[in-house]
Amino acid sequence: MLADAARGVLDGASPVSAFRALRDAGKPFEPAIWQEMAQMGWTGVLIPEEAGGSDMGHGAAAVLSRELGKTLVSSPFISTAVMAATALRRAGATASLQRIAAGEAIYALALDETRKFDPTRIETTATRDGNGFRLSGNKTFVVDGGSADRLLVLARTDGGVTLFDIPADRAGIARDAQDMVDARDAARIMLTDVEATGDDVLGQVDHGMDILRPALEAGQAALAAELAGLTAGAFDLTVGYLKERKQFGVTIGSFQALQHRAAHLWCETEVTASAILNAARRLDEDPDNATLAVSLAKARATATAKLAVIEGVQMHGGIGMTDAFDMGFYMKRARVGAEWLGDYGYHAATVARHRGF
Amino acid sequence: MSQSRDPEAFRAELREWLEANCPAEMRDGVMNEHTICWGGKNWEFTSDAQRVWLERAASKGYTVPTWPVEYGGAGMNRDEEKIFHAEMARINARSPLQSFGIWMLGPALLHFGTHEQKLHYLPPIARGEVRWCQGYSEPGAGSDLASVQSRGEDKGDHWLVNGQKIWTSYADKADWIFALIRTDRDAPKHKGISFLLIDMTDPGVTTRPIKLISGASPFCETFFDNVKVPKAQIVGDENRGWDVAKYLLTHEREMISGGGAGLGGGRALGAVLKDTYGEEEMDTVLRADAMRCEVDAMAIGLTLERYKDMAEAGTGAGDASAMLKYMGTELNKQRHEILMSAGGSDAVEWDGALSGLAANWLRTKANSIEGGTSEVMLSIVSRRILGLPG
Repeated sequence: MLADAARGVLDGASPVSAFRALRDAGKPFEPAIWQEMAQMGWTGVLIPEEAGGSDMGHGAAAVLSRELGKTLVSSPFISTAVMAATALRRAGATASLQRIAAGEAIYALALDETRKFDPTRIETTATRDGNGFRLSGNKTFVVDGGSADRLLVLARTDGGVTLFDIPADRAGIARDAQDMVDARDAARIMLTDVEATGDDVLGQVDHGMDILRPALEAGQAALAAELAGLTAGAFDLTVGYLKERKQFGVTIGSFQALQHRAAHLWCETEVTASAILNAARRLDEDPDNATLAVSLAKARATATAKLAVIEGVQMHGGIGMTDAFDMGFYMKRARVGAEWLGDYGYHAATVARHRGF
Repeated sequence: MSQSRDPEAFRAELREWLEANCPAEMRDGVMNEHTICWGGKNWEFTSDAQRVWLERAASKGYTVPTWPVEYGGAGMNRDEEKIFHAEMARINARSPLQSFGIWMLGPALLHFGTHEQKLHYLPPIARGEVRWCQGYSEPGAGSDLASVQSRGEDKGDHWLVNGQKIWTSYADKADWIFALIRTDRDAPKHKGISFLLIDMTDPGVTTRPIKLISGASPFCETFFDNVKVPKAQIVGDENRGWDVAKYLLTHEREMISGGGAGLGGGRALGAVLKDTYGEEEMDTVLRADAMRCEVDAMAIGLTLERYKDMAEAGTGAGDASAMLKYMGTELNKQRHEILMSAGGSDAVEWDGALSGLAANWLRTKANSIEGGTSEVMLSIVSRRILGLPG
């Protein structure tokens, strides 16, 4: 039901052609869509009603992510409405949650410092300075970091890591837009002696992972759902083409070689769908024990999206390689989505750790 | 009615019963060809515990938990069935009975059989008294199953059946066979088949085991030579046997895919690799293969559960059973390649430290052939689900 409603809105407001227009204009996303998402309760999907949210839960967040992915809707939904909202909710930051639910705040998570995701491997420091801290370090692949007005920054403190919630325009912060293959917003963020007070700390000093881990898992599950959505988008294009394109006097979908490739891909998408549903259910029912389910979903979704776009281009033939055709958008988004928040290897290794390896 | 039972009370009652009634020897969680109880008139129990466990479980309907009570089941709904399996797994209980009667004929009879047929045939299946085998494939009808040529001549009160079946699993041990028999030779091939139930002790029925690459002979050739089959022994309408056959195949495919996912009895691959390598550095390529396999196994397991949840009780996954079968069996083959690699030279000895693994590994190669090949499964998905021209 939510999926149908979302599809109805997005087909009108944000078809793939809208993404193409944004890409051509060099814009990361359409603010009007974000406002519309706020009005429908989507930005507040994980925010309690007392903070102005719709509190529909992770199952609903997955449904929305999937529909956003299907037509490549560019928005800070996962950064802001899923990950930041989960972190802020854990920290009890009601005022910030209200701004997200109202569509008034855009958050980005400044975590990665190397080319592969690993929040345990960071060098950014938050050094004690009087009652507060001074943050210094370089972040990369900060998704939605160019348009964000707030940043969640992970930094080392004396006894661990700490998560800070600071305005993106605070003195000492420099942002460089990264020109990404998927034409979405990502930035390098340089922090030089950035002041932070105790009020800027989310959760406890030195215990940033207590807040960040659930936020990351919520984000990974939502991203898996977005990847499943883009898989479905690419797959529908491909099967549609198989039914319409003629060669040797027949539709190419009558060739068994192509039928079996398409059928195999469909089977993979069905198996991945189960892992994604399971992750969302787990996050809703037992969020402190969802790691295995979430990593299983992200691993499967990453692998299936890769297969879908590779097969999509191959089965389209030459036209799949052209910029004028949409398949390339799906391929490029699948690659960025594969890297964001942990790639196949990262999550397969997490699954393996939980399964006795 | 089962719907009104309180789940936690149900669980507590079940737990208590299992504690009191499942013999200790049946709590090793081992599921292989040596521990399975197939039942039937020719069955020789491997232990007293196996016999006792079957009798006790059958008395409560636990051999077929979701079948109606009047047909020998326990009348459980899907949620109760999940609790049942969870409680069985909790104490590592072996399945008290497995059979083609439970997996295949039972669901088909529940759907297509008359009330009298259900009362007559189902309880002996549930009690493990009658063992069934499946007479589908013929030398000339493999993937093209609907071209079966075994034929039944209408003799008024019976059909006179002549022909040959092949790949009949355990035909030499079964008491009865459900078979696809051509009863109208002039009709189009799908429209002239009847689904007949035949007593293996009838005059004219003979079997011959086929030795396989694993050294075992689970499959047979089955010959019908002027076998008289009474008219009452038909499931569904005359010449509409293909409907029954297809319905049953979806259950067969789900059954094969479940075994294929290595669920339940299968150990986590990580633990298997640790047995081999201990704390030593593991073969990184094998480890990576095993990790991928584990990811896929978990996701396929979740998919089987999801389809069971979606299906109305007893109706099965329909066309999507082709997907389950394809994914599950291809995975099982891969899993056994990994197990063999992890086992190294021990694994390629018939009776070495890993006794039975080599035979199991060879057996899995049939998974993607029996019940419809992987290629047939992909063609079903392509035609019926994706709507590509067939």
